[in-house]
Amino acid sequence: MESTEIYDRLTKVFREVFDDDEIVARPDLTASDVEEWDSLKHVRLILSVENAFKVRFSASEVSNLKNVADLAKVIQSKV
Amino acid sequence: MSSSIYADLFWLPKSPENFSSLCRSVLEDDHGLGRRLQGLAKYALNGNQLGRLAKVLAKARADGMSLAPLTPFRLGVLSNSTLDFIVPALEATALRHGIALECIKADYGQVIQAALSPDSVINRAMPDAVLVAVDLRYLPLQSTLGNQEAAAAAVSGVLQHFQAIREGVRNNSGAISILQTLAPLPESLFGSFDRVLPGAPRQLIDAVNRGLAESVYGTEDVLVDVSAIAETVGLAQWHSPAQWNMAKLPFADELVPLYADYVARTIAALRGKSRRCLVLDLDNTVWGGVIGDDGLEGIKVAQGDAAGEAHLAVQRMALALRERGVVLAVSSKNNDDVARKPFREHPEMLLKEDHIAVFQANWNDKATNIKAIAEELSLGLESFVFLDDNPVERGLVREILPQVAIPELPDDPALFSRTLSAAGYFEAVTFSSEDLKRADYYQDNARRVTLQNQAGDIDAYLASLKMEITFQPFDRTGRSRIAQLINKSNQYNLTTHRYTEAEVAAAETDPRCFTLQVRLADIFGDNGMISVVICRRTDPKVWEIDTWLMSCRVLGRKVQEAVLREILKHAEGNGIEELIGIYKPTDRNQMVEGHYRSLGFEQIGSEPDGSTTWKLLVQEASVVETAMLVRSTGFETVEIGNI
Repeated sequence: MESTEIYDRLTKVFREVFDDDEIVARPDLTASDVEEWDSLKHVRLILSVENAFKVRFSASEVSNLKNVADLAKVIQSKV
Repeated sequence: MSSSIYADLFWLPKSPENFSSLCRSVLEDDHGLGRRLQGLAKYALNGNQLGRLAKVLAKARADGMSLAPLTPFRLGVLSNSTLDFIVPALEATALRHGIALECIKADYGQVIQAALSPDSVINRAMPDAVLVAVDLRYLPLQSTLGNQEAAAAAVSGVLQHFQAIREGVRNNSGAISILQTLAPLPESLFGSFDRVLPGAPRQLIDAVNRGLAESVYGTEDVLVDVSAIAETVGLAQWHSPAQWNMAKLPFADELVPLYADYVARTIAALRGKSRRCLVLDLDNTVWGGVIGDDGLEGIKVAQGDAAGEAHLAVQRMALALRERGVVLAVSSKNNDDVARKPFREHPEMLLKEDHIAVFQANWNDKATNIKAIAEELSLGLESFVFLDDNPVERGLVREILPQVAIPELPDDPALFSRTLSAAGYFEAVTFSSEDLKRADYYQDNARRVTLQNQAGDIDAYLASLKMEITFQPFDRTGRSRIAQLINKSNQYNLTTHRYTEAEVAAAETDPRCFTLQVRLADIFGDNGMISVVICRRTDPKVWEIDTWLMSCRVLGRKVQEAVLREILKHAEGNGIEELIGIYKPTDRNQMVEGHYRSLGFEQIGSEPDGSTTWKLLVQEASVVETAMLVRSTGFETVEIGNI
């Protein structure tokens, strides 16, 4: 999958999870940039990304994520 | 497909693209807010969407807005796992069932404490019910391999624990308990022997589940059979070790909407909101095929034929529901005697006329008919479920009578009865001898229903279908389908003239013939060729309508009006001043007896065999506008006098 397509689809998921039509999944975006992004929303986000891309992440993959770029990389390796 | 019927809530319409913005705007005014929130919950919503809707509900509540006429219900929730995704899903899903649910959560893992302590957050909230949402991981259910006595002791210990929770809740807050059965893990210890060996995990869980069921029977407390939900979708799909490890989610997040619907329908049943009447469409629902066209021998309802078996399964389910007290009714677009014929004469039909409390077969729209059935039975529309294979009929009734539950159905009739069952419309928490008699009771009271006025704004619905009608003269491409329609259509067929494919081909070039093949598409898809017309020039200024037929699938869509407009347009272009229509009765086409009258023709003759002749002056004709996009292609205007 093209990297731009991954980011486009991630943006859609982010908007759904955070109920915010302005948010854009940029590579350097992290949890501290989004007020609502707490540990619970993080779980919600991971589950929604799994569903949107029809992939499953392992626990170590999830715990090693530092920003959206990492997330996109893990997705890239699976689709 | 079959298991995703459950996981995807297939019986509910897909959510609209703009669901988020609908949620944002729903609170802009408070008029009819309860119903509008309920409307938003009637889609197949995912976890995120349920969360969004729950937020809107919470805001409405915080702002003191009225949620009438939804029934308020306060639910305490005890659990050993993370409820943060489940509670919003429960509140939003309950809206679908007419309940304004407010959940009160105990702290994480505080189950027995919250039940027994009078000043726990649960007991102080004085809820209507407490959901004991615990799973296997909460219980001290040690396997006691091979030791029957120890196994019995373990089971009884667990059951006593549940008993203590129930009594604690009852004594401290007066609430009833909603218990859950335990979903076994897919991981086995020995294999199939788990079922055989006393004290093996599978045996213990089965015993606990049976004990829970027995302990609530005859009490006010109720059971949500979580084990059955998990087994229905598959234990391996239900239990997600990854999600438990990540966030202590008790079961796979993607199944939260399904679980929430099961809990919500149980609460709705407690509040008497279960549905009580099933209205059945006939053609392609109760049997395969169209009785008016295919006849008694042609419909599929027999054993040994896959389609026939599928429709028999629908009948079997309807009968089983009737047995437990659900009233059955029929709403079919048919002539009454034609629709009743299979019930009376087909040897393989399981449903008989006696089983049907109200039998509505006519050419009215179905919303009007269902309203009439409701009045006849003195049941509210919110008691009704309507089963119909046709998405246009479903859409129309949903639009006009939103209180009626209408399951979406898959294309394959083999899955009709499963989909109906999955929707859980007839959920019950008790069963009495009264229920056994109920269907008969309604039967005795039912009479032939008089037709009502139209139930709502049909035109607005028709406009929303975005119909596109296409007119073409006969051509080579359409030839075989035209011949098929000419030789197969029985009901909406004015003269029932039959022509071979060669004769149809001849009409293509016959200068005396004006022909139409008509196609119709709408938002649900392309209906293909649905109408055929042949006019013959019998005089330089007269067209006689030799053939006019239409597929009954598009009845009630004002197609015949659009066809007449098209004929008039070409008549004018061809210097025709007069249209002559003929109705020749057969034993199948009674429905079009009034066709020409309703289109503004004047009767000018009748024959002993019942045939009637009709006239319309082209200049004086006025036909109502129809809400559809009209395309006409392939026509050449013939010069006046060129016969």
